[in-house]
Amino acid sequence: MNINAKTQIQEFRSVGTRPVRQDGVDKVTGRARYGADYNMPGQLVGLVLRSPHAHARIKSIDTSAAEALKGVKAVITAADLPDHADGDEGLLEILDNCMARTKARYDGHAVAAVAAIDEATARKALGLIRVDYEVLPHVTDVDEALKSTANVVHEHATSRVDPEQNVPLNVHATEEFGHGDIEAGFAKSDLIVERSFKAEQSHQGYIEPHACVASVNADGTGDLWVTTQGHFSYRIVCAQLLGMDVSKLRVTSSEIGGGFGGKTHVWAEPVALALSRKAGRPVKLTMSREEVFRSTGPTSPASIDVKIGVSNEGVITSAYAHLRYGCGPYSGVWGMLGAMTAFACYDIENVKTIGIDVRINRPKTAAYRAPSAPVAAFAVESVLDEIAQKLDMDPLELRFRNAVKNGSRSSYGPTFGTIGLVEVLEAVKSHPQLNVPLAANQGRGIACGYWFNIGGQTCTTLNIGVDGTATLTIGTVDVGGSRSSMSLVAAEELGIDYDKVKTVIGDTATLGHNDTTEGSRGTFSSSMATINAVKQAIGVLRERAAKMWEIPVDDVVWEKGCARAVGEEHGNLPTLSLAEIAKEAPNTGGPIAGHSEIVAEGVGVSFGAHICDVEVDPETGATKILRYLVVQDAGRAIHPAYVEGQYQGGAVQGIGWALNEEYVYGADGRLQNAGFLDYRIPVCSDLPMIDTVIVEVPNPGHPYGVRGVGETPIVPPLAAVANAISRATGVRMTHVPMSPPRVLAALENAKVT
Amino acid sequence: MHYSRPNSVAEAVNLLGGNTGNAFILAGGSDLLVRMKGGFVEPSLIVDIKAIAELRQIRATDKGFWIGAAVTCAELGESEMLRAAWPGVVEAANLIGSKQVQGRCTIAGNLCNASPAADSVPALVAAGARVHIVGPNGSRVTAVEDVPLSPGKTSLAPGEMVAAIELDERPAHASDAYIRFIPRTEMDIAVASAGINLTLDADGTIKTARVALGAVAPTVLRVDEAAEALVGTKLETAALERLAETCSAAARPIDDKRGTIAYRKSVVGVLAKRTAELAYKRARANS
Repeated sequence: MNINAKTQIQEFRSVGTRPVRQDGVDKVTGRARYGADYNMPGQLVGLVLRSPHAHARIKSIDTSAAEALKGVKAVITAADLPDHADGDEGLLEILDNCMARTKARYDGHAVAAVAAIDEATARKALGLIRVDYEVLPHVTDVDEALKSTANVVHEHATSRVDPEQNVPLNVHATEEFGHGDIEAGFAKSDLIVERSFKAEQSHQGYIEPHACVASVNADGTGDLWVTTQGHFSYRIVCAQLLGMDVSKLRVTSSEIGGGFGGKTHVWAEPVALALSRKAGRPVKLTMSREEVFRSTGPTSPASIDVKIGVSNEGVITSAYAHLRYGCGPYSGVWGMLGAMTAFACYDIENVKTIGIDVRINRPKTAAYRAPSAPVAAFAVESVLDEIAQKLDMDPLELRFRNAVKNGSRSSYGPTFGTIGLVEVLEAVKSHPQLNVPLAANQGRGIACGYWFNIGGQTCTTLNIGVDGTATLTIGTVDVGGSRSSMSLVAAEELGIDYDKVKTVIGDTATLGHNDTTEGSRGTFSSSMATINAVKQAIGVLRERAAKMWEIPVDDVVWEKGCARAVGEEHGNLPTLSLAEIAKEAPNTGGPIAGHSEIVAEGVGVSFGAHICDVEVDPETGATKILRYLVVQDAGRAIHPAYVEGQYQGGAVQGIGWALNEEYVYGADGRLQNAGFLDYRIPVCSDLPMIDTVIVEVPNPGHPYGVRGVGETPIVPPLAAVANAISRATGVRMTHVPMSPPRVLAALENAKVT
Repeated sequence: MHYSRPNSVAEAVNLLGGNTGNAFILAGGSDLLVRMKGGFVEPSLIVDIKAIAELRQIRATDKGFWIGAAVTCAELGESEMLRAAWPGVVEAANLIGSKQVQGRCTIAGNLCNASPAADSVPALVAAGARVHIVGPNGSRVTAVEDVPLSPGKTSLAPGEMVAAIELDERPAHASDAYIRFIPRTEMDIAVASAGINLTLDADGTIKTARVALGAVAPTVLRVDEAAEALVGTKLETAALERLAETCSAAARPIDDKRGTIAYRKSVVGVLAKRTAELAYKRARANS
């Protein structure tokens, strides 16, 4: 179901249709080539030795026995990855994470790597490397890390804070947002609810492990085939870390089996390049699932306090949140993002949020789909739900009374432009799910969510083929179907059919720099650049038609895929089709193309609201999702099926996190569940069909009104599920995931107290 | 590593008897291959028993049913006679892994893997199943609960292998059931489980009962006291409560990533009640 919130909408021919995706056949027939599906002649197998300790000083590493093993072509340690960071602390942290330099900072931290002729040899070589560790005390819990002054996770930890302030040493950064006077606001409140929440760490859970093939030549050039969300960014970072010229490293992005933010950071790629450089041969490095869990970025574990004051009419008078996010051993922006998004859905007179990044002995936190926002929303939306219960008010009505609108000052600073939260809430209100009666042990939860969009550097090229078809080359990696969406955009602008346009992802030598597919920017930015590139190509096409007709170009217009002559003098000429003009291109000036190199601006933002119906088994604590609805503003859905897919996928990831997904660490600081058996993402039978409603409040900053939609769908689910369980059981849930043991324990505690 | 695929039990026994290294039997491979890929075991000999015709059969015997060690769990699910007689055993076997795994895995393998959380084992223990073991010194028959000794360890002597699992024939007014708890709906490992087998009088009074619990002790636990709580009752509320209490009391679980001690002790009682109700309903319907 689509809801067009504006009556004045553009008419589209291709945009808004649902054709078959262009990468679909390759994927369902197994022909699509992912990170591990590429091979080069003479290729070696790379494997990584990882720390079994959560925190340990590396006293020495003896690689001599491994190097002496027949079939081993290279063994590397941090010594083979010298510091080229030139004082850039962030870059040095990336290097340190790829290969521990002085200390192993988490269970799974890479300490050495080998390249050998086959996997068995490489595995044997790993066993021959002797690492002398001095085990150090560790801390894996966010609140414990804040208390700890003795246990410093990272020696740089003091660099960002003033020691005079006596800030705990594991604080990486503190960010504050807000406006007004919260104390005055609380003083005016009729009701104040204050609660603390905890969220365990979750992983993106992409099905494809990290994999790459790296080849560095003696002349300083290199090739990297890799599964990534941003091959251009990978190129820059890898070249910088390896001390290579950026333009001499060519990076090709493979098909990608999910990323969700986890493939925006480099992990094994610099290691593979260093192995190849040392061995003088190409190296393939593929992570096991265990390595993915132990050694690549999960999201932050978090601990959050929220205090909200309201009037008896349900208007928020004051709101405060203190949000503590684990960032692993390295710096992060996670506290900041949590603090920015926590109250972004609401127009609040007095608001203050403080976000803190806390260093802990867990893997480096990576972006995970709207990073930090889901747990912030869990805390804030849970308190709002409790307020609605205490005011005996419909929780949807409470949201209506506080929702941000066009011109509202956001809780994190800027003033919102054209936004669609109210339209989203209206669509929720009219949805039939709200009228389905609930039985015993069942509950309904509602929650809202917000996420930013980003624009950034974007390049596209459109080439017209001799037969009048078009190849569109884009540089934003297609994670969720964006190639097909871009074909729709190019077809729309050119006025030809979707199946006449083929979109491919160019490698780093083919296009200018493209920022990574992150921040819900892929479709927004690349569609903008595509429209520009097609307009430029149309300019060329008009010139060629003018030449063919021997009339002034100003008398040629482009309509419905054809050049048409206008004016009294030429208006009776038959139109020239794209194919006819393309065929004559060799005689009229050569190949016909259009290009666009832009910094995409004019981003919108996307709001959503979710409704979750659950049934809780009071004897086992198990939760069954009965019904689930996602309503979100897409601005303009270019390919509605993929927008719905994003809505459903985000909801499912959020539901998994809400119910079962968590990193379980032992007292020894080791990860206990580094596999899909005990890190429980949902299976199909766990879920109902996720219902979706696309609301379209066009983004005025984009020619078609597009908003990025990929991340917002994971923001509300933790809260929506928690509110549903809390209402089903009568006990407020404050700790995700709400696994059966945790829910049963909460029910038992409530009986006792 | 040597791989062999014998065509007879005698040949398999010979191979195993002649091996001095680390020999493994390959039936479905759903545990063995995972352990090999994970680098946990490096077999010197793998004896694949899937080409041994008699181990691939489900037969009715004069005493009941003979299930060859290489019969897959999916095949158990397709056997109408087993489904009718031992629905609890079949439903347990059909909970293991995923549909794909069930097309490969076997209950003999599930037993010999000696996991306390094995799904088919509590059902087999409740059913009073017997295990046919062959080895260098001939064959022997033992109770299913005597096979697992501790996690990963069995009572099989070197060179011995399970040839078949035998189940009794099913009298009237009797049936069984198996229920496990997992946080998901499938593709998971039991946090706690219960298998119960009941024989009733024509009027519905329980004559005999066997209760077995999974994932709450180092091996599958047969709880005779819980069974006694049911005998002579018609599964009234008091009997169910007594069943739950005795099961919770008998459970000796551990805290781990899949559940806490308190959670497992509590839930295993709930599962026992639900399993007893299901077995009782089936037994009443089996006239």
